[in-house]
Amino acid sequence: MNWLIDFFGDAANWSGPDGIPLRVLEHLVFAGLSLLLAVVLAVPLGLWIGHTGKGAVLVVLSANAARALPTLGLLVLVVLLMGVGTIAPVLIPLVALAVPPILVNTYEGIRGVDPELRDAAYGMGLRGRQVLGGVLVPVALPLILLGMRTAAIQVVATATVAAYVGLGGLGRYIIDGLATKDYPRAIGGAVLVAALALAVQGLFALVQRISVSPGVSGRQRIR
Amino acid sequence: MITFDGVTKRYPDGTVAVDDLSLEVPTGEITVFVGPSGCGKTTSLRMINRMIDPSGGRILLDGVDVTTIDPPTLRRGIGYVIQQAGLFPHRKIVDNVATVPYLLGWDKKKARARAMELLERVGLDLRLAERYPFQLSGGQQQRVGVARALAADPPVLLMDEPFSAVDPIVRASLQEELLRLQAELNKTIVFVTHDIDEAIKLGDRVAVLRVGGRLAQLADPATLLAEPADDFVREFLGRDRGIRRLSFVPGDGLRLRGDLTVPVSAEVSSVRGTAEAWLVVVGDDGGPLGWIAPKDLPDSGTLAEVPAAPYGTFVRGRDSLRSALDAALLSPSGNAVAVDGSGRVVGVATREALDEALARVADGARG
Ligand SMILES: Nc1ncnc2c1ncn2[C@@H]1O[C@H](COP(=O)(O)OP(=O)(O)O)[C@@H](O)[C@H]1O
Ligand SMILES: [Mg+2]
Repeated sequence: MNWLIDFFGDAANWSGPDGIPLRVLEHLVFAGLSLLLAVVLAVPLGLWIGHTGKGAVLVVLSANAARALPTLGLLVLVVLLMGVGTIAPVLIPLVALAVPPILVNTYEGIRGVDPELRDAAYGMGLRGRQVLGGVLVPVALPLILLGMRTAAIQVVATATVAAYVGLGGLGRYIIDGLATKDYPRAIGGAVLVAALALAVQGLFALVQRISVSPGVSGRQRIR
Repeated sequence: MITFDGVTKRYPDGTVAVDDLSLEVPTGEITVFVGPSGCGKTTSLRMINRMIDPSGGRILLDGVDVTTIDPPTLRRGIGYVIQQAGLFPHRKIVDNVATVPYLLGWDKKKARARAMELLERVGLDLRLAERYPFQLSGGQQQRVGVARALAADPPVLLMDEPFSAVDPIVRASLQEELLRLQAELNKTIVFVTHDIDEAIKLGDRVAVLRVGGRLAQLADPATLLAEPADDFVREFLGRDRGIRRLSFVPGDGLRLRGDLTVPVSAEVSSVRGTAEAWLVVVGDDGGPLGWIAPKDLPDSGTLAEVPAAPYGTFVRGRDSLRSALDAALLSPSGNAVAVDGSGRVVGVATREALDEALARVADGARG
């Protein structure tokens, strides 16, 4: 506990370029940008293959294979190819990390909707897009959000690798702390990452509450 | 009117689900497709709203080949009810019912008002309107399914085993409700079921299909029961066919006796001498109170003090011969009490009268 007080209690750690607020912000920028890119890539693709059933096996197989990619290895590779200087090298492995859970869950969510329901929607005269947007997505939303939450937590935890290639973020504390045997700093960094992951979890719980229909989540409303 | 003109459906795997089906579904009537599982009922039904397209032949809706109409447009004009209701779980009941009006671009207020009207029509408590489907029982969901199909007032309604998944009591009430609605709305309804009793109860006409989607017989229920076209239909109709036929024979033809009634205010002494084995006691309001046997009466007092035996009634001019027979079997006298629409006794159908009527039915079956 003392170590934590040493780190968090030191006023010098709360300001300047190596201060906690800036490091947290950097970390959130890496994680947030990667997640955003992954969502933009994986959600439409997942919706499309879930709805049409086209290329499903191929996409899901490759998504699962991508999960096996070592993030750090990929990072090193990208840096070797692109050099350092921008944040692009760190975004690529993080996006690669975030895409599979979002893609697979979106696909599974859409495909898993009760065929009777899909059938009823067409039978009422909805067009393909209306079936997807008006029925399948709202019903599959809990699973889609679960995929995003899994991805978000992984990305927040893994964005520490940015420090390996000279970028900021909370990984700085961990790497620098370990390098200089400043253990309070390393542990403080790890604690901050964990706290951020928890905050992300809370944020998603909130989004889920707001966006998922009570008729789907089964939350009983007494009236 | 819906016309099947030599319709065939062969699935990609080679299964011939419907084979050269030709029949007409008249406007404003309930036509039931009935037959064993897998005989092509669902396939036939779904070709009407183009959920499936035929591989041969044509289906005409008021003379227009349905395959020339864009499927979503076609479907918005045809109500569709399926077995598990298929309600949208994320939408409130009222919005589920308003689905097609919304699609047709009605404004939200008008669509919701229409939905509320329909919920009432199908006998649902309006407080359910703001609930979600999972908060309703199976029977309630099925009613919502019917309301949703009716929302945009389509002239045609397709129903695929809509009541098969609910328990028998709820099923019976849903069937009654459908008949009541149909009496008001006069839709052209195609109703699919594997249950012959349901078919006979609901159908103005019943199409019996055999496996392979071939039409075995198309007839009104009374004719179907009286004159099954072949052994397949006879077997499918099952046991009790003779008794069930009586449901379609009006009770009007029964000879009634008016001399077997006695007012409740009569003195015992005035009836004891009668030769009849049983008399029906009539209350001051004209309704029946029960049967008495004159030879078992006490010595004095009025009939009001005499315990009467149970009785059964049928409404003359409305009930069938089957109801009359049922009424007779409910009383120890073996006679049925005939009443008018307001429950006043109009006479008694004796065993002899029932016997004559049954003999006439049996004669009809011979010819
Ligand atoms: N999509 C399909 N592909 C292949 N065969 C099918 C398909 N749908 C139905 N069938 C077959 O067609 C026949 C008729 O099916 P269906 O119309 O569902 O019958 P029913 O509704 O009378 O039970 C059955 O043998 C069934 O297995
Ligand atoms: Mg079927």
